[in-house]
Amino acid sequence: MARKQSEITPEIVAEHGLSVSEYEIVLDRLGREPNLTELGIFSVMWSEHCSYKSSRRHLGKFLTTGDRVIQGPGENAGVIDIDDGDAIIFKMESHNHPSFIEPYQGAATGVGGIMRDVFTMGARPIALLNALRFGEPDHPKTRTLVSGVVAGIGGYGNCVGVPTVGGETNFHKGYNGNILVNAMCVGLARADNVFYSAAKGVGNPIFYVGSKTGRDGIHGATMASAEFDDDSDEKRPTVQVGDPFTEKLLIEACLELMATDAIIAIQDMGAAGLTSSSIEMADKGGVGIELNLDKVPQREPNMTAYEMMLSESQERMLMVIKPGKEQLAFDVFEKWELDVAQIGKTTDTGHLVLKHHKKKVCDIPISPLADDAPNYDRPHTKTAPRPVLNAADIHETQDYNDALMRIISSPNIASKRWIWEQYDRHVMTDTVDSSQSGGDAAIVRIHGTNKAVAITTDCTPRYVEADPYEGGKQCVAETWRNLTCVGADPIAITDCLNFGNPERPEIMGQLVGAIEGMNEACHTFDYPVVSGNVSLYNETNGQAIPPTPAVGGVGLIPDLHKFATLSGAKSGDTLILIGETTGWLGCSIYLSEILSRGDGAPPPVDLSVEKLNGDFVRKLIRSRRVSAVHDLSDGGLAVTACEMAFASGLGIKLAKSPLAERHGWLFGEDQARYLISVEKNSVNPVLSTAKAKSISAQIVGTVGGDRLTAEGAFDLSIADLRQANENWLPNLMAGDK
Amino acid sequence: MQTAVIRFPASNCDRDAAVALEKLTGRKPLIIWHRETELPAGVGFVVMPGGFSYGDYLRSGAIASRSPIVQDIKAKSERGLAVAGFCNGFQILTEAGMLPGALMRNKNLKFVCRPEKLTVTHSNSKFTSKYEAKSEVVFPVAHHDGNYFADKETVGRLEKEGRVLFRYTDNPNGSVNDIAGIVNEGGNVFGMMPHPERAIDPLHGGTDGIDLFKSILETL
Repeated sequence: MARKQSEITPEIVAEHGLSVSEYEIVLDRLGREPNLTELGIFSVMWSEHCSYKSSRRHLGKFLTTGDRVIQGPGENAGVIDIDDGDAIIFKMESHNHPSFIEPYQGAATGVGGIMRDVFTMGARPIALLNALRFGEPDHPKTRTLVSGVVAGIGGYGNCVGVPTVGGETNFHKGYNGNILVNAMCVGLARADNVFYSAAKGVGNPIFYVGSKTGRDGIHGATMASAEFDDDSDEKRPTVQVGDPFTEKLLIEACLELMATDAIIAIQDMGAAGLTSSSIEMADKGGVGIELNLDKVPQREPNMTAYEMMLSESQERMLMVIKPGKEQLAFDVFEKWELDVAQIGKTTDTGHLVLKHHKKKVCDIPISPLADDAPNYDRPHTKTAPRPVLNAADIHETQDYNDALMRIISSPNIASKRWIWEQYDRHVMTDTVDSSQSGGDAAIVRIHGTNKAVAITTDCTPRYVEADPYEGGKQCVAETWRNLTCVGADPIAITDCLNFGNPERPEIMGQLVGAIEGMNEACHTFDYPVVSGNVSLYNETNGQAIPPTPAVGGVGLIPDLHKFATLSGAKSGDTLILIGETTGWLGCSIYLSEILSRGDGAPPPVDLSVEKLNGDFVRKLIRSRRVSAVHDLSDGGLAVTACEMAFASGLGIKLAKSPLAERHGWLFGEDQARYLISVEKNSVNPVLSTAKAKSISAQIVGTVGGDRLTAEGAFDLSIADLRQANENWLPNLMAGDK
Repeated sequence: MQTAVIRFPASNCDRDAAVALEKLTGRKPLIIWHRETELPAGVGFVVMPGGFSYGDYLRSGAIASRSPIVQDIKAKSERGLAVAGFCNGFQILTEAGMLPGALMRNKNLKFVCRPEKLTVTHSNSKFTSKYEAKSEVVFPVAHHDGNYFADKETVGRLEKEGRVLFRYTDNPNGSVNDIAGIVNEGGNVFGMMPHPERAIDPLHGGTDGIDLFKSILETL
């Protein structure tokens, strides 16, 4: 502790990302100047990434409880009950900043980190999804970033042997300087064997397991809490390096030990590594922690206490073991050839005490680090409302064939096969449906049963940008709709709130608006938030990303004899459109792709109609009235029909537009709509039931042949449309575009 | 029939193989840890599962092929033990010298996962007897290093001796002669990159893989 006072200069404080006022709190809580190690610990714990200091008070508004919620936000991941003693543990997390700087490792370690959050709680990971946002397709960095991120996700998930079953990929110039890589993991546990992070008891041994600690990723959490500038490439050394092989061993070893009665508490070392994991465990358990850093397995010689505490080396876990079970723990981890060490014990001091080379190098009270972290009420201004556009005032294409071909091959609609073919979607042999079908939600069977979880990720950033509140509602509603499309009961969501610099009131306004809109949808659907993270400062040179609250939804299909996908349409089926169409073209794909415009208000989401329509469609699926279902979203009816045709291999004939504005009918993006394919003898029952419930349902076409036609608009072969849809991304990646 | 699945560090299709074997034999296979030195008595069929044993470090399958249990399996296979390796299991079998050739990085350098059409070249083998010769089947592939290569002479022998059992119809990885699966000289050791164990369930990946298991199990 013999550090000179002059060592902590204002420059050093600033380099650690702490404001002057935050540093004053540190001085106040300690009653003295911190040493460098202690300063580093405060800086990571109080970084935006770890402390949620700009968002915490707003996140607190979320609905987080429900009949099926076993554990809401605050643990490593959320836990929900799916009956029969089974629990699903899931979370989505961002790895945006590292992935922009070093796409392969950034994305890989994002996948590794989210899996650890899930198996830490006792779940075997059973599915991965990724929500990706890249810059403009022809931006000079885009191809490198796409290929690096995709290879990184595949390189990690494929090796660990967890299927990557779904996700989404957008391209938009707003992400040119800040891509988004949001990884979601879903795991399966027994409801009575979920593990938590609270370190209970005094004098209990603390075990370190997994990879050795190196100098990688030091201050990663601080980097993830700052904007980029032109020198961001210099931050590459703060990106961690992943080792999926060790992760796989860690999963098997942890699950093996969890099957015994040896673990009191367990926490993965994610952002802010050993610091964050030890402090969170101690804080939740109301105990102190003493660590002997000499015992920490180290990759390099002469590492300082500062480096060890701030390292973000991957594939490491910290656990509190029951006294007397130490040998059992050693045996399991040694069987799996993992580094394991007893590095400390829980104490009754309420302090984090670190010893290194027989000296005390840190002694700080734990509660200010965790509980007294800054909690800002940042000023926020509401996004100005945009005018509602009428379809009648929007230019109508004179060439519908050309318009549909352009839309179906546009960046956000085109097939992402080039991406998902690099992911193992089948390992574990429970994948019933995945990206492979182009469906609304992935379906993963609960091993050895006849039930399944449905999983999806969704966000429409252009809607959120136009109107954070309506856009926030829409993100949640779309996941709910997509889960409904496969016949699942939507249960809960996780979210990744990706925004710009919260110190700017207009950005903070986006965040607050989106949270409030999301929350309204959560309440209407009884669809709580059980986990998530916030990624702020996604800005480069003052240019923020479009607000992107990515939502991951999970639902339950109780009986795999009763589900639907978009691929079952049969020749001779009738297509019925559920939900009302006004021809909403504001913020639509038609507007952006055909007219190069992004203006107008986004489609409003009437949540009660959304619920009514969705419950109706789910009931039809459960009663096996439908052969295929697909929701209407980007690109409207035309794109939905086209995707349904791709999936079944059959043509679709759409009837004449009932609206005067054909473009609004075919490409409008009104919400709460589903296209269902039903056999002839089901048409009348479906229509009459809908009428009785005051649900809008109308016959809009038939299935058959090999062309997609819309009377008075387009007439194209499915083969040509498919080719256009499939070729865009491979051509881009081959540099042919 | 007692079967066994070998588990290496970072095998990840061990459970998939076990599910398939249990479904088709009605009996749980033994899961054998790679450090074991000897197969238990009575094991009649061994599956080397897919995965990323040892993280694919050094070369896919290279480190696993030096495991103690592999030496015992190799010795017993020379006396007729039936062995199949799928994906990483195939890589391990070539690295162990139990099958000729090697599996190189896919020609386009990318991992590929998709349902793959294969042709059963003939049904005159222990692993394909239940199929019609020249029939088309679909098995999922999921690999980064599936580009089968052997020198001209070896490939010539494989072809001449009818040891190529499956061929890709739309080669996903650059394999020589579109080779997807081969057997050893004795006809009792089989390896393929595609995953027949992922094709035994109509809800998951189809059922075209069932006959492969039935073929070999019937001979035991």
